[in-house]
Amino acid sequence: MFQSVLFGKLTIESIPYENPIIMGAVGASAILTLMLLGWVTQRGQWGYLWREWLTSVDHKRIGVMYLILAGVMMLRGFADAIMMRIHQAYAEGAGHGFLPPEHYDQIFSAHGTIMIIFVAMPFFIGLMNYIVPLQIGARDVAFPFLNSVSFWLTAASAALVMVSLAIGDFSQAGWSGYPPLSELKFSPGPGVDYWIWSLQLGGIGTLLTGINFFVTILRMRAPGMSYMKLPVFTWTILVTTVLIMMSFPVLTVTLALLTLDRYLDMHFFTTGMGGNQMMFANLFWIWGHPEVYIVILPAFGIFSEVVPTFSRKKLFGYASMVYASIAIALLSFVVWLHHFFTMGAGADVNAFFGIATMVIAVPTGVKVFNWLFTMYRGRIEFTTPMLWSIGFIITFAVGGMTGVLLSVPGADFLLHNSEFLVAHFHNMLIPGALFGYLAGFSFWFPKMFGFRLDEKWGKRAFWSWLVGFYVAFMPLYALGFMGMPRRLVHYDNPIWQPYLLVALFGTFLIAYGIFCQITQIVVSVRNREALRDKTGDVWNSHSLEWSLPSPPPFYNFAKIPHVDTLDAFAHMKEMGIPHRAQAPYAPIHMPRNSSLGVIIGAFTFNFGFAMVWHIWLPAAASLLAIIIAIVARASDEDVDYMLSAEEVARIEKNGASASAHNSAGSSSDLITQG
Amino acid sequence: MKKLWTTLLPLLWLPSAGYCSPWALLDPKGPIAADEKHLILTAFALMLIVVIPVIVMALAFAWKYRASNTGATYAPKWDNSHTVEVVVWTVPAIIVLILGTLVWRSTHALTPEKPIESSVKPLTVEVVAMNWKWLFIYPEQGVASVNRLVIPKDTPVDFRITSDTVMTSFFIPRLGGQIYAMSGMQTNLNLLADQTGTFRGLNTQFSGEGFAGMHFETDVASAEDFANWIDVTKKGDARLDRLSLAKLENPSENVQPIYFSSVEPDLFQAILSKYAPDTPNRLASRCITPSNLIQAQR
Repeated sequence: MFQSVLFGKLTIESIPYENPIIMGAVGASAILTLMLLGWVTQRGQWGYLWREWLTSVDHKRIGVMYLILAGVMMLRGFADAIMMRIHQAYAEGAGHGFLPPEHYDQIFSAHGTIMIIFVAMPFFIGLMNYIVPLQIGARDVAFPFLNSVSFWLTAASAALVMVSLAIGDFSQAGWSGYPPLSELKFSPGPGVDYWIWSLQLGGIGTLLTGINFFVTILRMRAPGMSYMKLPVFTWTILVTTVLIMMSFPVLTVTLALLTLDRYLDMHFFTTGMGGNQMMFANLFWIWGHPEVYIVILPAFGIFSEVVPTFSRKKLFGYASMVYASIAIALLSFVVWLHHFFTMGAGADVNAFFGIATMVIAVPTGVKVFNWLFTMYRGRIEFTTPMLWSIGFIITFAVGGMTGVLLSVPGADFLLHNSEFLVAHFHNMLIPGALFGYLAGFSFWFPKMFGFRLDEKWGKRAFWSWLVGFYVAFMPLYALGFMGMPRRLVHYDNPIWQPYLLVALFGTFLIAYGIFCQITQIVVSVRNREALRDKTGDVWNSHSLEWSLPSPPPFYNFAKIPHVDTLDAFAHMKEMGIPHRAQAPYAPIHMPRNSSLGVIIGAFTFNFGFAMVWHIWLPAAASLLAIIIAIVARASDEDVDYMLSAEEVARIEKNGASASAHNSAGSSSDLITQG
Repeated sequence: MKKLWTTLLPLLWLPSAGYCSPWALLDPKGPIAADEKHLILTAFALMLIVVIPVIVMALAFAWKYRASNTGATYAPKWDNSHTVEVVVWTVPAIIVLILGTLVWRSTHALTPEKPIESSVKPLTVEVVAMNWKWLFIYPEQGVASVNRLVIPKDTPVDFRITSDTVMTSFFIPRLGGQIYAMSGMQTNLNLLADQTGTFRGLNTQFSGEGFAGMHFETDVASAEDFANWIDVTKKGDARLDRLSLAKLENPSENVQPIYFSSVEPDLFQAILSKYAPDTPNRLASRCITPSNLIQAQR
């Protein structure tokens, strides 16, 4: 009794200490974490870290923290990927690879969940956090504290996934967690619960971010910036936030229903007792398909910033780009059934969803052609962000083609659930999302940290990724045509093995690409003086973020700019309008940092962990603590302050890189001090 | 060295008729699979109309308008052209229109529940997905088998499919497209084999630890061989009833074929009713398909 109150289902046996692979991963993560904590302690930076980062409500700081989270989780997701590839390459015939099924099944489930929810999402949310307020001439987001809460909910959910490695296990039911397999009857362990709670809590964080940025873009644009003067990246984010607000509540409810099935013995999706497993597939993809566009549209926005900048031209067909984004968003809600043409819904339904899916190819194709015509008659500079963009256009065209192929129900009957499908969606998400984010990362890095990234290592990373992608995924297309299904822990067809070995080699090339990216950051930090951006407009670009110093002061704009045209900053440069604010300055209203965001995050983690293990008292206590924190915040009157005009004048005079949040350090301080 | 050669040789095999190439989807052994293969190739060719220009333009523009090529035209303010806009919206739209027509027709022609037109009387096979094997019941012949499907050549086969476990997907790549098997529901798949041979069938929908071992061989036999197989099977002494079914329900994978010489009547219906006890009554004699299950539940 006493034990179940304190520990729920949790026992010492829940720790997979007998599994050397898992324990090795846990040990390595623990050592790295301890080294990092020790380093911060040794530097005496805890106070700085707490005051300036963890409790920050500055969208720029939160943006950088999202990017770090995405980077860390990407290493984890990629470790899963490389283990799957090694395993499958040696899982032919009698050689059943090196992973038992229950471990292999967790790996592919975790890989999908992590890459979508904890890499793609935080990566673009990080970029949008940093860039969107700067692009629209705002000093912060509409709800700065809510922004901090969103981040900490996401971080808490990511921590939950990581903890599942050491305590218990992760879901073995695939990243989409279809019942009845994910029901208690077939998955009695805590794995599915870890999956549920990490998706659920992270999803709430994402929904709050969506609301926050929707309001920000609607209400906080600089005077004169009408909708058709919005930078395209901001446009795609606006469309993305609408998608988030419309689709994430569906995920919340769907997971809640599955939770009721698993925790309170209800029968929404069970076999028998009136449960309907098809309903879950429908609901999941009503969220899941817009989710695909939620991660891809921001990347489209990034390409629309990068391609004109490095083609030294204006973006071709701005209005077309905007309408195409809106069309894609609307259509993304009427295609979900193409994920399961094979469920037997009948010819009319299948044909409708097949055709609706193909229609999306039209606005997407228009975007691709508009980028091409932006390059046409330009003066193209092959910088790293531009290489990512060109690599994207070519690779994405191939993925789009296989996607349209899958949208033909008759063809899908053969290709569904095959390695062809795996190749297809990686062919969309690697160029269509990741290449975009990486382009955005190297494009805006100088804005964030005040120095450029090393081009040589950036290009090496690009070529390794691009070649690695083709070598890793083209064989999977072929395997699909050979009838190889996805998620096989072993197989008895020797003809498949050479293809899987080639795919494994491709994965090693990608691994080298990731190594190049890490090296790029290290080399660039070391060389930061040579790579320093003193102008703020390192690429000679067109939108307002480049009118500010790099990194911008914590209040962004000393004076809110007035916008007359699209590409506002390009216009100012051309007309000789001074873009840096001049004295006299006015006082600036700023939000105060708050520790409640990180506290809510910590209790959210506690809550999720306690729910996974059925430890009801701490779960209830954590929930109560979260509610108390929200009430405390709501009744706190002291949440903002006025930055005096003299202080603004001092910071502007000294240059922003010397400026600081509440007078203590800027974005690059952690690195430069360290 | 010989082993390496035998491994690499199949890589050179291109799809061709007459023998089993490794390219299962391009090596159809029946009209449904042949139509589906044809559909893939047609759609693929149509899309190349857009995809090839995109790739060529991306490479050509990048090369021609590289910054170092100062001889190329430079038009920094050129950001709109109605001609280009019209072309980039209409050409993909026309291709989608053509593809859409293709989709509408092919989806109705190839919908899995549609009976195949033939002068030969169709064979009914009831298929039950179990953890992790396939049970085949021949209601007209009164026999059953696990993980071995035997069907006569040139005879339409009407598969009635359900699941005694989680959601799975029934697929014989060389004979044609797949359909889900779901508990308490019946899905239908109509296939026809026009060549004899042994073809792999499998579950493609991940269904737990034994998923990788959930496959079977399909023997397409001549009409006489099929009749012989039925006779031989009937001579066995294993009966498939609720008791032996309960034994089969114990999880196992890579199961060797098992044959049953007789089958308890309406066993398939009993498996369906196990998960949807109310539905058959309400639906009277109609079978439970995914769409009318939803209606029945309203």
